[in-house]
Amino acid sequence: MIAIKVNGTAHSLDIEPETPLLWVIRDELGLTGTKFGCGIAQCGACTVHVDGEAMRSCGVVVGDVAGKTITTIEGLSADSAHPVQQAWLAEDVPQCGYCQSGQIMAAVAFLKEHPKPTDADIDANLSNICRCGTYVRIRAAIHRAAASMKI
Amino acid sequence: MNSHVKTSLTRRQFVVASSSAAGGLAISVALGGMADAGTIAAQPFGPDSVPHEINAFLAIEPDGSILIRSPHNEMGQGAITALPMIVAEELECDWSKVKVEYASPTRNLRENRVYGDMVTAGSRGVRMSWQMLLQAGASARERLIAAAAQQWNVAAAECTAANSKVTHKASGRSLDYASLADAAAKIKLDKEPAIRTPDQFKLIGKPMKRLDTPLKINGSAKFAIDTRIDGMVYAAIAACPVSGGKLKSVDETPIKGRRGVERVVKLDDAVAVVADRYWRAKEALALLAPEWDTGEAGKTDSEQFAKLYRDTLDGPMVSARKDGNADDVFAKGGKVIEATYEAPHAAHTQMEPLNCTAHFTGDKLNIWVGTQIPMGALHLAAATSGLKPQQITINNCFLGGGFGRRGRNDEMRQAILVAKQVGKPVKLLWTREEDQMHGRYRPQAAVRLKTALGADGMPLAFDAKIAVGSIQRSIGMNKVENGIEAQAIEGIGNTQYKIPNVNVGVMLKNTHIPVGFWRSVGSSQNAFFMESYIDELAHAGGHDAYKFRRTLLAHRPDFIGVLDKIAEKGDWGKPLPKGHGRGIAIHECYGSIIGQVSEVSVNGKGEVKVHRVVAAVDCGHVVNPSIVEAQIQSGVIYGLSAALYGDLTIKDGVIQETNFDTYEMVRMADTPKIEVYLALSGGKKWGGIGEPGTAAAAPSVTNAVFAATGQRVRSLPLKNVKLSGAA
Repeated sequence: MIAIKVNGTAHSLDIEPETPLLWVIRDELGLTGTKFGCGIAQCGACTVHVDGEAMRSCGVVVGDVAGKTITTIEGLSADSAHPVQQAWLAEDVPQCGYCQSGQIMAAVAFLKEHPKPTDADIDANLSNICRCGTYVRIRAAIHRAAASMKI
Repeated sequence: MNSHVKTSLTRRQFVVASSSAAGGLAISVALGGMADAGTIAAQPFGPDSVPHEINAFLAIEPDGSILIRSPHNEMGQGAITALPMIVAEELECDWSKVKVEYASPTRNLRENRVYGDMVTAGSRGVRMSWQMLLQAGASARERLIAAAAQQWNVAAAECTAANSKVTHKASGRSLDYASLADAAAKIKLDKEPAIRTPDQFKLIGKPMKRLDTPLKINGSAKFAIDTRIDGMVYAAIAACPVSGGKLKSVDETPIKGRRGVERVVKLDDAVAVVADRYWRAKEALALLAPEWDTGEAGKTDSEQFAKLYRDTLDGPMVSARKDGNADDVFAKGGKVIEATYEAPHAAHTQMEPLNCTAHFTGDKLNIWVGTQIPMGALHLAAATSGLKPQQITINNCFLGGGFGRRGRNDEMRQAILVAKQVGKPVKLLWTREEDQMHGRYRPQAAVRLKTALGADGMPLAFDAKIAVGSIQRSIGMNKVENGIEAQAIEGIGNTQYKIPNVNVGVMLKNTHIPVGFWRSVGSSQNAFFMESYIDELAHAGGHDAYKFRRTLLAHRPDFIGVLDKIAEKGDWGKPLPKGHGRGIAIHECYGSIIGQVSEVSVNGKGEVKVHRVVAAVDCGHVVNPSIVEAQIQSGVIYGLSAALYGDLTIKDGVIQETNFDTYEMVRMADTPKIEVYLALSGGKKWGGIGEPGTAAAAPSVTNAVFAATGQRVRSLPLKNVKLSGAA
């Protein structure tokens, strides 16, 4: 049995430890906001927080996160109230929306490290893929969120 | 009149900008935010009919909510916001009470295509449906007015409708829509009302926020991959790596007794493993070593195909256009500019890998899928299952990208075949690798373009030879017996450049690699060819690339409007640092004209960086300028990924770039500053917006590379082109 805590709820799972965290989150726990995009930790659609740090959950096996605290998009806030979600809303960022859970989770972790990010910081640290090409608005939303979080 | 699409949206307030063909930019400030926006449910489908319907497009619920059905689906392009805006424009309803659902393909079949073809492709959401949607809204409004007038025993002409209410001003009475809906549904109008003209629009033209955004910032929007049905099992599948190949045999013993594995399902051309969890199915599948019959296709590679298309240019062509007599002009000699261009296959690589959940119960089939062609999916499901379309429900979900790939639902066919054997609901999911290897790719192409220039450096005769795969033959849509396919020649055969003598020839050649509709279709590669080549002609004739185009397009004021806008906003002709260059491109497709000026730099190592893209679009009229801006940005990025990185190679008949590590994409760091401007010509033009942005991206960038380095780029992607560095 593997014990993990996801969005504040403790789970004890009878599962192969080599199962990627992504599939545990999606198929065992039914939290489908975290998306499968590539399976090789390239695209970032599956980004979640493990003990507060952004990780691409398709590249993390559940056995390695036993005992850790995991946050998915569903656990980021109640009512989409997180300043990053609000900034996404204000900038009307998503198009197809498939990658956006991962984009938001990556941005939240990034802003903790870079509360006043420059464009160069954003370029250097955020590499999630969006095939709809929402990058211009993602950048604007990150700056907006940073500004709103300073208060 | 032109206006910059500028959206400065805050939670509490947004700038409402509207522009019209007649001129003027109206800006007003309105209260905005979530509370004032309509809604859509996490699963965008609903029952195909409900009580309180006024017509197939809308129902007014007792609580005052307005259900509007969208005939096109949402794959990022904003259809489920823009199309309901068109209905609401005429309906005069409270936008905050609007609820949107997808129209039902089953009902469409039952009611003689009341929603049209429902195809979400070809940038046709607004382009093909605007009149139908205005009419649906107007018809409902007039019937609501008639119902109120009847109740009050007054003339309908004395009543007005606004904000979900009918008012009789003379007597000061009013009734809300909800109380009139059932009576309105029974009203038969003597004649359908005329629809509004653009100068009367109130909602159309405003940058309303997308209705789906709230669902897409918290993980609640349901894509097909998120389907969960009681008793559902999962299937992982591997089709023959060589498209068209067949399964010979597979030894199932390596996965016997593995945890969760239920069974192996063999299809003609694929093997699937069904398990209680997706990961278990996928891991088990990886242990199988199926034997495939790949035939001659298994001996092919990219170099062979590139040679095939190049060699085809030396052979016979089917004439697709002949103006004047180009051959006579060429025979006279003079200055002739000839160039051969090539483009590789391109994969759609939509973010959500293809998947489908199918539940077959003998006399019924329930499907959860993301499809761009619900009617086609319905018929494919019927043909695959042996059921009648009426026994099938297609639950179309939010699409995690489409770009043309979800216009052929190969995954659905497989899911149905597996579900029929398994007898439980099955979610079948492709890996990224499966998705990359079994695409319906943009066709590979080569063209040879030849022009005779006069003493003034202007073209006298133009000859184009096009060798490309036939999309229509590949997808089984049409045999194209005359050898001329619109998708193959678009952007060259219909060039608007005024040249007195024109020959366009085409030869369709298909290989075993399936080809299909890739965002902007033939315009994707043909705009690269044509606009790069026009640039070559301008330079050869000693003309400025912008002015050269302007002269050749003088008869098209709409083109001139776009050209002038990008030249002005893109700082055309202004000085740049060493190693930097600007390139210009203009192209008409899907009823719209797109122009772009791109600014790049090329460093000493020959590496290209795109700094800025200034785009202008003439789509005639704009329903939602914020969505138009987003779509042009999106199209540019999509085009840039292919132009900079998109290399799809074949070895032993198999696609080699199977994931994002080798099939690279533009990410944040590569994203240029993108500015989007409207250059609307209005009139009868209602152009599409999903695809044009992609078409102009490659040539504006490669022309900028020429400006920076003096090196002409005649094949893509740029990463494979050896640039010696800044000139």
